[in-house]
Amino acid sequence: MHNRPDDSIRVLAPTGMLGAGFPEATIDRGLELGADVISVDGGSTDSGPYYLGASQPKTTRAAVARDLRILLRAAARADIPLIVGSCGTSGTDSGVDWVAGITAGILAEEGLDLRVARIYSEQQAGALKERLESGHIHPLPPLGDLQPGTLESCTHIVGMMGHEPIVAALEAGARVVLAGRATDTAVAAAYPLMKGMPTGPTWHASKIVECGGQCTSNPRSGGVLATIDAGGFTIEPLDPDAACTPILVAAHMLYETANPFRMREPDGTLDVQDATYTALDDRTVRVEGSRFHVADQHTVKLEGARITGYETMSFSAVRDPHILARIEEWADLLRLMTGRRVEQTLGLGADEYAFDVRLYGYDAVLQSREPAQGPPREVGVMLLVNAPDQETATAVAKVANPLMLHLPTADMNHLPSLAFATSPAEVERGPAYEFVLNHVVDSITPTDMFRIEIEESVHHG
Amino acid sequence: MAETGPTTLGDLAFEVRSKNAGPFWVTMELFMRDARGYAVAADESFLDERTVARLYGVEESSIQMFRIPSLNVVKISFPRPVSQGSLHDRDIHSGQQHVPLALLPVPTD
Repeated sequence: MHNRPDDSIRVLAPTGMLGAGFPEATIDRGLELGADVISVDGGSTDSGPYYLGASQPKTTRAAVARDLRILLRAAARADIPLIVGSCGTSGTDSGVDWVAGITAGILAEEGLDLRVARIYSEQQAGALKERLESGHIHPLPPLGDLQPGTLESCTHIVGMMGHEPIVAALEAGARVVLAGRATDTAVAAAYPLMKGMPTGPTWHASKIVECGGQCTSNPRSGGVLATIDAGGFTIEPLDPDAACTPILVAAHMLYETANPFRMREPDGTLDVQDATYTALDDRTVRVEGSRFHVADQHTVKLEGARITGYETMSFSAVRDPHILARIEEWADLLRLMTGRRVEQTLGLGADEYAFDVRLYGYDAVLQSREPAQGPPREVGVMLLVNAPDQETATAVAKVANPLMLHLPTADMNHLPSLAFATSPAEVERGPAYEFVLNHVVDSITPTDMFRIEIEESVHHG
Repeated sequence: MAETGPTTLGDLAFEVRSKNAGPFWVTMELFMRDARGYAVAADESFLDERTVARLYGVEESSIQMFRIPSLNVVKISFPRPVSQGSLHDRDIHSGQQHVPLALLPVPTD
């Protein structure tokens, strides 16, 4: 990689998440516009702790394979690298292997010969405990200091890589990089940084493209192309009928960020406070003035999830106007009677299991913050039980079952029959998880927490 | 947003939205229609950390607010009151948490 410096690098971001889909024509369009690299995010924590805790992908294999096939063909045709970040939703080692398996199948079927690198980002609790004991793990708000037991309780821990391991894989000759957990931005930033593009515009452009077409007038019509150069970057949608406007591009810094002006990466902080957004025409935007402050200490953020218990869900519904007019009173009675019956039958005290009764159609989503008033037309009653094992969770739900079927309000002199949604009523959800890590590790080197494996191509001999 | 009754922040906005910002934070934005609407939303005597704390039952000191006149946007972030995906989390993506903010009646002058 000692070519003369490029004047600009064009990053093709096909979609916000691998498997979410995009029109195939938008990829052709990106290649026509001279894309130098295809970067796509494969994951997120947004859908909750299950995907990391259980190391399972959120996307279905067929959807990932459909997107990957189009992108692999395009990367081969244009002879440009393809980078996938946070493989398998959470970026665990098995998530990387899952995407690698799909990739290998497609390459064989299509007769393509592209060197594939896997970058593993899963972390061992033991090694992290040593870093913790030597004072090299720090909390991010709102969490406090990390306890060693918390590390041990996690079913999976990943470190979020920056651009450095991806650059290392590319420099070692990989044409397809399948990365474990990576910052959304690192996936797009790696190749331009490797090619000498400036840090401020590169990281800013990478944040803007990380959700594909989210910064365009029609987010469903496909992704974007960002062209990064020495002075800034320009961005345009891949769909000729969609547009990027200064407001849409500037507003994308607000999306899923706590602070819209400063964003921490492993290597430093993106600062867009003084960025300017200018329309070059009715669908292309130029951004200048983005800065990146390199940190004194490179850090890697940890994500970890652990099992909180096992859950069983049951769902009934109320349409009787008499109960609906007293739905809070009825729900309080359901909670009280469930607790009593569980104690009578299973001998469990209130601290030995937990449950949540949610009144969908009344106030389930906002609870005490619900501003609307008046009786609802109908209410879905969800009972969610959490217990130390599945058998107990289901036993509690089954004890509650006759109440969710027949519980009257205090002033009724007959037993109503309420509307269960399914038979059986109880659905076993298996283990339930929670995120417990929001901490950073002081890196020894930017790559030492990540393991890069590059396949020897069979065709290269 | 309200069909009748007092004018709300949502009535003066193109869009009011909320979302997780990572597993431990919720963030929401008011995209106001114009400078006049922005002036209402950005007025600290009407909407400040204290108002948000009361509206959402969260600690006032934990709230971050950003007023961005160039976009007519007010952005509010605070730690998620309920751990994501836990037994009592009823909004995994925090995608519906903007509603109390959108339905907040604006001062009448």
